[in-house]
Amino acid sequence: MSSLTLLGILPLIGALLIAVIPAEQALRVKQAALGTTILVAISAVMMWLNFDESNTAFQFVQSAGWIPSFGINYAVGVDGLSLVLILLAVLLTPIVVLAGWNESEGGRWSAKVFYILILVLETMMIGVFAATDVFLFYVFFEAMLIPVYFLIGGYGSGERAAAAVKFLLFSLFGGLLMLASIIGLYVISSKNGGATFDITQLSQMHNYMSSTTQNLLFLGFFIAFAIKAPVWPLHTWLPDAAASATPGTSVLLLGVLDKVGTFGMIRFCLTLFPDASKTFTPVIIVLAVISILYGAFLAIGARDIKRLIAYTSISHFGFITMGIFAMTTQGHSGAILYMFNHGFSTAALFIVAGWMIARRKSSTIADFGGLQRVTPVMAWSFFIAGMSSLALPGLSSFVSEFLVLVGTFTRYPVAAVLATFGIVLAALYILIPVQKALHGPTTPGNENLPDLNLREKFAVGPVLAIIIALGFYPAPLLNVINPVAKQVIESQGFTDPVPSESAGK
Amino acid sequence: MVTSSSLIYLIALPLFGALTLLLAGRRADKWGHLLGTAMSASSFGVGLYQLSQMLSRPTEERAISQKLFTWIDVASFQVDAGLLLDQLSICFVLLITGVGTLIHIYSISYMSHDENRRRFFAYLNLFIAAMLLLVLGDSYLTLYVGWEGVGLASYLLIGFWNQKPAYATASKKAFVMNRVGDMGLSFAIMIAFATLGTVSFAGVKEASEGASETALTAIGIMLLVAAAGKSAQFPLQAWLGDAMAGPTPVSALIHAATMVTAGVYLIVRSNFIFDAAPTAQLIVVIVGAITLLFGAVIGTAKDDIKKALAASTMSQIGYMVLCAGLGPAGYAFAIMHLLTHGFFKAGMFLGAGSVMHGMNDSVDMRRYGGLRKFMPITFITFGLGYLAIIGVPPFAGFYSKDLIIETAFNAGGFKGILLGSITLLGAVITAFYMTRVMILTFTSPKRWEENQHPHESPFLMWFPMVVLSIGSVTSGLLFYRGDALANWLNPVFGDHGKDHHEEHLFEPIVVSAMALTAVAIGVGIAIMKYQLSEIEAVAPQNVSIFTRIARKDLLQDSFNESVFMRPGQALTRLLVKGDENVVDGAVRGIGRTALGAGATLRRSQSGFARSYAALILIGAVVLIAGIWVVTL
Repeated sequence: MSSLTLLGILPLIGALLIAVIPAEQALRVKQAALGTTILVAISAVMMWLNFDESNTAFQFVQSAGWIPSFGINYAVGVDGLSLVLILLAVLLTPIVVLAGWNESEGGRWSAKVFYILILVLETMMIGVFAATDVFLFYVFFEAMLIPVYFLIGGYGSGERAAAAVKFLLFSLFGGLLMLASIIGLYVISSKNGGATFDITQLSQMHNYMSSTTQNLLFLGFFIAFAIKAPVWPLHTWLPDAAASATPGTSVLLLGVLDKVGTFGMIRFCLTLFPDASKTFTPVIIVLAVISILYGAFLAIGARDIKRLIAYTSISHFGFITMGIFAMTTQGHSGAILYMFNHGFSTAALFIVAGWMIARRKSSTIADFGGLQRVTPVMAWSFFIAGMSSLALPGLSSFVSEFLVLVGTFTRYPVAAVLATFGIVLAALYILIPVQKALHGPTTPGNENLPDLNLREKFAVGPVLAIIIALGFYPAPLLNVINPVAKQVIESQGFTDPVPSESAGK
Repeated sequence: MVTSSSLIYLIALPLFGALTLLLAGRRADKWGHLLGTAMSASSFGVGLYQLSQMLSRPTEERAISQKLFTWIDVASFQVDAGLLLDQLSICFVLLITGVGTLIHIYSISYMSHDENRRRFFAYLNLFIAAMLLLVLGDSYLTLYVGWEGVGLASYLLIGFWNQKPAYATASKKAFVMNRVGDMGLSFAIMIAFATLGTVSFAGVKEASEGASETALTAIGIMLLVAAAGKSAQFPLQAWLGDAMAGPTPVSALIHAATMVTAGVYLIVRSNFIFDAAPTAQLIVVIVGAITLLFGAVIGTAKDDIKKALAASTMSQIGYMVLCAGLGPAGYAFAIMHLLTHGFFKAGMFLGAGSVMHGMNDSVDMRRYGGLRKFMPITFITFGLGYLAIIGVPPFAGFYSKDLIIETAFNAGGFKGILLGSITLLGAVITAFYMTRVMILTFTSPKRWEENQHPHESPFLMWFPMVVLSIGSVTSGLLFYRGDALANWLNPVFGDHGKDHHEEHLFEPIVVSAMALTAVAIGVGIAIMKYQLSEIEAVAPQNVSIFTRIARKDLLQDSFNESVFMRPGQALTRLLVKGDENVVDGAVRGIGRTALGAGATLRRSQSGFARSYAALILIGAVVLIAGIWVVTL
């Protein structure tokens, strides 16, 4: 059994452990969940340390026959792309557990169920990024929805049931399209050298497809991923889901699960359908730019802090999508790094917003005010998270955002220029809530809100530390990301544009 | 280039101070201000040491660099975290840490009654660190980090008293308008990378030699946009007046002496781009010319002493930008005016703070008057700064402004005459509004309430004012004599800097005579209007339309509001509505039609999980069936 499979099973073992703890011992349950997730995080970091950066092939691979008659395998492995996303998932999970220590209260079911769902979800997050068999990926992709559905519908707030259904409907729709494409791929593979779901073998199948077939199959995958990511105009489920879910669920939803969309664009859309990718690139770049600006404008207009963060994410996912399809090494590396950084800055924003909401019993921005004087540590945490969201140089998101912009500019200058206007809008959508919630006179009713306690400081501290550290020294991640970015670009038949003024000199 | 391992201390010391003070929280309240001041002073000490080392090396070995680590390395996009200290950056290092330390000292007393004094010093240290990174970074991207870092520090300090909504809004406005400028810097870096393949100063300089004028013009214009945002130049000037919401030492350090001059630094640092891009240079000159008059006119109409000085800062930076736009002939003089301005304007802002300190924080000059007797040290130091800024020999501003006027006339042809005239007109207006400030504050009859008790400020406040006033008196001559500063800086500007013997339109002595005449006119009008006639304690309302427009900052806010803000807000509202009704509505509609299940779903939400499980099952069956069919 490879260490990767072991990593994936670990949370399940934790879930089983929790299952035998009596439901009334909520503290025990929480401790077990925290312990498990920390252990998983440490294991993943160990795996990272053993990862060979110079090798672009899948590592820690394991393959075993699952449904041999259909060529379906349990096949897992990681390259730089999946490693970064697995790290993101398993580093954020313990933080979510610690930050949302009391989140399960007020839910439809017990804390025990809540943490079992979280741990099952963690296994699936690892699985979805590690799968190298398309069918296995699909299973994780769909099965992941189940714990999230229950987390939103069972523990959320407001219109949680409706939001959960909306989330499910969108995902289901995308999943069905992807399913159709997967069948199509399988058909083609079975006619050309043997039925398989192996991603490496399938990546040769585009040679046997007509361009129409390739375009159709591409769209099946892309629409599924564009809903996940979410790309305009398929985004409307996200603000509802994020506003209704518990802050911890939102962190996992926006921070990790949505990354399956942008991950899938690279892993499946580009790798499996290079020609169709080229065909659709102009459209996708346009949609990405619209997402960037549209998400930013809606964030500026948002009155609810959770919806605001959701809209900023739509803008950020626009940057990631644009970077992916810009087809330059800088754009690609930037996009992958952006996925990681966005996870952390959104996590910071959401968990601090969650604490603010829990204290104030409202998520309307106008209900806050003057928090900087009442709860300075909480206010500062929110502020730094916000600075990360607007990509202040010196924080991690700046590196990725700038790489995306500069990488896009060399190939699609107009798109990059339009996207850059997003940085002014970002200043607005962060500073407006900062002013309303943290500055100004203290709003009546807020005078005695408690500041962060020790547990909360321990939860948000590491997130902010990583945001700052990677801003100044992104090399540890870039070293892992660069080879895979380079490989994808080359396999697509692209080379980075040469500086126009030095050409031929 | 000579490498060094000690440049980082310049930045590390104040950064350590900032982090310590922020993380230690209330525990550091007792000694926070002392640590902050010590860190700034130590950085100044390192700067002096670096200067002495630099002086001991031959000219061609004076610039030194330090590579800290590789910051971003993605294929051909490679950026080091690298520092560069040359003849240009050492000027800024000493200005930033020198004036910075004086302002730290001043603030110990000025902020002594504020319960958040420690946090104030943390921000000041953060500013010093970021500003040093800005002038020491060896590439446009490292400069960018400092560039936004000072923007952040400025935001935090303008909004230091952000419990007042107007101050919070002012800080936000400054940040957002700066971001518009930062967008220009982003574009410049992107264009540089796309066309020249590098973003380091050395790399861009080398590559620019063979590059097309189009590319360099584009980069130059974008750098100007960045400079306009940071240095409050037209059309991105509107934030500076509001920035006076910050505590007065902040106005002195950030919004007069250092940060707002970063745009001038950027243009002068990028001399290799502008030298080869005459169109960009021309736009720089135009922006500088407009702003120098724009700021001066606003300065005449302000009754708030800090806003009058802020308008003056805008105008004086206009002089510097104009001069920097004149190319090799002007770079050194732009920097000279920047340095002398750093002394006299910071000194005057501290003087304004001292006056406010003695007048219960009132900033209304119409409610001042006669303070000369009550605040003699403030009066003298402010007065020396005043003589310097209007350009009376032998005070500092005389030399630096004179050289700018001369360079403007020497630009040649009609352009030279026009620019020269504008700088002279600016000198008239400067003399007028500064004399007005002097009269209203110090020499006119008193107009304050009986219950006010103006008094001189304590030692810790007047000591920095005295030091800065010495700079206001001596620095001009020091830099001017034997072309000391120009010769010092010339190696930075390469070969261009050395030989610029253009035709002189006027002899220098004629220019000086014209400049002094301009000053005399301005001073004369102000004396007639204010010293010799009665000043109303409330600004008269039956004034001409011009005065009213000038009081409203030449309608800059009205313009921004009607052209950007309101349409932007309308667009936002439209999109919010559209998202709910059109986008989401369409998706909902499609979903309902496609699945034909909308109504059913709404009725049976609770049972939906079961339906979903069933759907997954159906999906799996379909998949397997499909596979089975095709493999038959």
